[in-house]
Amino acid sequence: MKQITEPPEHAPRRRWLGVLARASRAELEAAKGLIEQRLGPVDMPRFLRRPEIGMAMVRGRAGGDGAAFNLGEMTVTRCTLQFSDGRLGCAYLAGRRLEESVLVALIDGLLQDRRHGAALADDVIEPLAEALAARRNQRLAKSQPTKVEFFTMVRGDGRP
Amino acid sequence: MTQPDGMILGGLGDPVHDSQRCFRGILDAMSRPARPVTLASPPDAPPGVAPATMAVLHCLLDQDTPLWLDPGLQARAARHISFHTQAPLVAEMSAASFILVGDGLQLPDLSCLPLGDPAYPERGATLLVQVGDLASGGALRFRGPGIDGTADLQIDGLAPEFWPAFAVNTELFPLGFDTILFAGTRIVGLPRTTLLEEA
Repeated sequence: MKQITEPPEHAPRRRWLGVLARASRAELEAAKGLIEQRLGPVDMPRFLRRPEIGMAMVRGRAGGDGAAFNLGEMTVTRCTLQFSDGRLGCAYLAGRRLEESVLVALIDGLLQDRRHGAALADDVIEPLAEALAARRNQRLAKSQPTKVEFFTMVRGDGRP
Repeated sequence: MTQPDGMILGGLGDPVHDSQRCFRGILDAMSRPARPVTLASPPDAPPGVAPATMAVLHCLLDQDTPLWLDPGLQARAARHISFHTQAPLVAEMSAASFILVGDGLQLPDLSCLPLGDPAYPERGATLLVQVGDLASGGALRFRGPGIDGTADLQIDGLAPEFWPAFAVNTELFPLGFDTILFAGTRIVGLPRTTLLEEA
C-alpha cells in the first residue's frame, strides 16, 4: 500500500478538519458565528465542488492473513470552496450531511486565514474538541458496565 | 494566482444533467463518425483546454481511467483536471485509458498507445486531440459504419503524420484506439472502424 507522508505544517489543519467533521450542526453554526465576530461578516466563496454524497471504502488494518481488507463502504459527503485569494476550504464528512459540509468547508477556509493564524483556530476548535471528548466519555461510561471479560477454559479430559 | 500546475476553476454548473447531455453528445459523435457535434453548456476550461474537451473529461473520466497529458497541458491544466475528474495522471502513455493532446500539430509518438488485446479489445485507449478548427482547412472523406456512403469533414490544425497511424489503426480491428477531435465547443468522433478514403 502507498505510504502517505504528510508535511508537519498540515497537522493543525488535519486536527481541525477531524474535529469539525465530528461536530454537530449547531456547534458548526456557533463556530461560524464566533469566526464572524472576529473577522466581520464573511462573503460566501464560490463552489469548486458543490456538496455531493458518495461512497468510500473503509479498509481494515489487518485481516486473518495480515493484509488490509475491505470492511465495507460508507456514505461520505464532500464539498470544496474557493476563496477569492485562491485558498481552498474542504470538507469530507461521514454520512449524508450536505448543509454541514458547506459549513465545514467554509470554516476550514476561514481558519487558514494567515492574519489570524493559530489563535483563531484554537479559540474555535478547542471548545469543540472538549465537547466531543465529553460526549465520547459519556458514551464510554454508559457502555463500560456492560463489558464482558472473556477467558478460555482449559480442556479437562486430557485428550489432545 | 500563479501555481506550478495552474489553477482550479469551477466545474459543471449542473453536474448530473450537464454530464448526461455531454454523454449523449459523445454517443452521437461516435455513432455518426466525421460529423461535428456541438456540446451545449460546456464548463470552465483552463488555458490551453477547449470547453468541449473539458466537458468530455468531466463526463468520461474518473479514478479508474488513467489519463496521459502532453507536457504543455501538464504544466497549465493538470491541477484543474485532476481535481475535477480524479483521474490518475500517468507518465507512460501505455498505462493510460485516455490520452489528451493539447495541440493537434504537435502529436506525441502514437506507436505506444494501448490497443487492447483480442480478449478485451475495449481496453484500447481513447485519443483526445484538440485541433484548430472543424469547419475550415483541408477536406477529408471518410466511410465506414455509421456513415451513409461517405462523409466529408474539414479539419484545420492536425499534423499530417496522424493519418498513417490512423490507417494502421483501422487495419488492426477489432484492436485499436478511438479518436475524438475537439475545437471550441465542437467534437468529432473517429472510432477505430472509420476509414479515411484515399484522395
